[in-house]
Amino acid sequence: MNILEAQGVSKAFGGIQALNTCSISVQQGKITGLIGPNGSGKTTLFNVITGYERIDQGDVRYNGKSITNSTPNRVFAMGIGRTFQLTRIFPRLTVMENMHVAAQRNDFVGLISRWSSRHEQRRALELLDFVGITGLKDVPAGNLSYGQKKLLEFAFILIAEPKVILLDEPAGGINPTMINHIASRVRELNKQGVTFLVVEHNMEFVMQLCDTVNVMHRGTKIAEGTPEEVRENPDVLDAYLGG
Amino acid sequence: MRIFKIAGLLILLAAAIAFPLLFPNPAVTTVAVFTLMFAGAAVAWNIFSGYTGYIALGHAAFFGTGAYAMALMCQDWHIPAGYTPFYLLPLVGLVAAIVAIPLGIIALRTRRHTFIVITIAFFFIFQLLAYNLRGLTNGSAGLSLPIPTWSGAFYNEPFYYVTLAILLLALLISWWVRNSKYGLGLLAIRDDEDRALGLGVRTGPSKLTAFVISAFFVGMLGGMYAYFVEAIYPPFAFDALYDVVIALMCFMGGLGTLSGPIIGALILEPTQQYFTLLYGENGWYLVIYGVLFLVIILVLPRGIVPTTSEWWARRRAARGNVEKPGGEPPPAPGVQQDTQLVVERSEGVKEVNL
Repeated sequence: MNILEAQGVSKAFGGIQALNTCSISVQQGKITGLIGPNGSGKTTLFNVITGYERIDQGDVRYNGKSITNSTPNRVFAMGIGRTFQLTRIFPRLTVMENMHVAAQRNDFVGLISRWSSRHEQRRALELLDFVGITGLKDVPAGNLSYGQKKLLEFAFILIAEPKVILLDEPAGGINPTMINHIASRVRELNKQGVTFLVVEHNMEFVMQLCDTVNVMHRGTKIAEGTPEEVRENPDVLDAYLGG
Repeated sequence: MRIFKIAGLLILLAAAIAFPLLFPNPAVTTVAVFTLMFAGAAVAWNIFSGYTGYIALGHAAFFGTGAYAMALMCQDWHIPAGYTPFYLLPLVGLVAAIVAIPLGIIALRTRRHTFIVITIAFFFIFQLLAYNLRGLTNGSAGLSLPIPTWSGAFYNEPFYYVTLAILLLALLISWWVRNSKYGLGLLAIRDDEDRALGLGVRTGPSKLTAFVISAFFVGMLGGMYAYFVEAIYPPFAFDALYDVVIALMCFMGGLGTLSGPIIGALILEPTQQYFTLLYGENGWYLVIYGVLFLVIILVLPRGIVPTTSEWWARRRAARGNVEKPGGEPPPAPGVQQDTQLVVERSEGVKEVNL
């Protein structure tokens, strides 16, 4: 079953067609990869799905329901979490406070009561433990290393227990051991039933982790299949080498 | 530790309450009333600008609105001098808050520099209106308020205590906001608004609420000011320097901290009054303000409270180390924590089997 679907999505920035009738589907419980050369529209597709950009035409569906041009807070509340290519955390809040931002409450009483309930506190500690940065919980997040920030961003999304997580270059700019650590966390969550859509340039990472891989080029999908199929596909080689 | 904190706060509160009884000289209590007014306004301004990071420089519009609301209510409803005008203050605050709603909705569509410029523009529009809506505001001739018949020595005391009450209420709200989920959302907006939105923080309503809360208090203080000075005129009710002074107080004490705005106000307002006393109303204090501002930026760029508390924490950590040699080093991010993480990461490698 497809938990997340984009159908014929187009988005232009001025004269640049960032997405051109792009269709992609993400199967429930799988790890789907999204690769393609720089500027092929991967991040734009993420922005469109998560409500950060409005689309010109097309449809985005989550669990069969249209979420086209929704707002980021609604998309998140529905169960789609994302990370950013350039990790976005709250640098002047502590790691623990960062965790609690994503544990939102929408009722009035919830908003005016303490920012950390006992339940949320326990959950936040569990998740920090899960990604391995519990020792840093009282440190301002801006003081973390880049890799630690990526782990924090990953952890605070989990606090809302999303069904689908969109990772934008989780392995970019960090050392190999950290990449393996992140991969292991993704695997573990996937075992628990969380669906992933992963944009990544690190081919080794994608090939090891993903069940299916979508290839984008010039704003549209040019190939889809298992990692092995995609690697052999001549169109894909063309896109990467020919430009 | 907590007991010391509470005791310290109670002592400060007692000192604030006892102040006019210990220094009954009207010249002193007048300065004290103005200082409390600025402290209250700085705390209120900080609830919005300090927590969300949106620097508003148009709160004088709400101050003036409050001042004129107070004057007009007293005039139209024939309120006698005495304690009755004080009961109008919540209503005055409400008027300012209602005025703040449409202004907030418009201004908060923008961010950073644009937001600052728009709030300044609002302020000038309001000042112009005060000059020109003669039917309502009596133009530059101003409006006068009822004058209490209290005796000289006692005169300032009711103003002092009511302003102190407003300040304490503002402080309570500020403290509550800082410790609530709502306030955490505001701080998240300060750091990265779009990210906060993407994590379910309802950024629009949150910002607007904080804006309106701060306008409510500033409006009340405007009403307080009008009653205290007995007559209001457009350039004083809508003072272009008002927001600059308040922002400076918050920057000096520590933007986004609880006590910073009060500390800033306690330092700056008496200083200004002292210089006015020394050199007259010729604006020398503005030069001093300018110099002070530069000194703050150079020496304490983050304000007194964050800098001193950090210094204090470092000192304590250092002393703790000396006292028990071989004990745990102070928790520091960076290298040492990083190695700890590598151990866990290498476990990850085995797991993933890449």
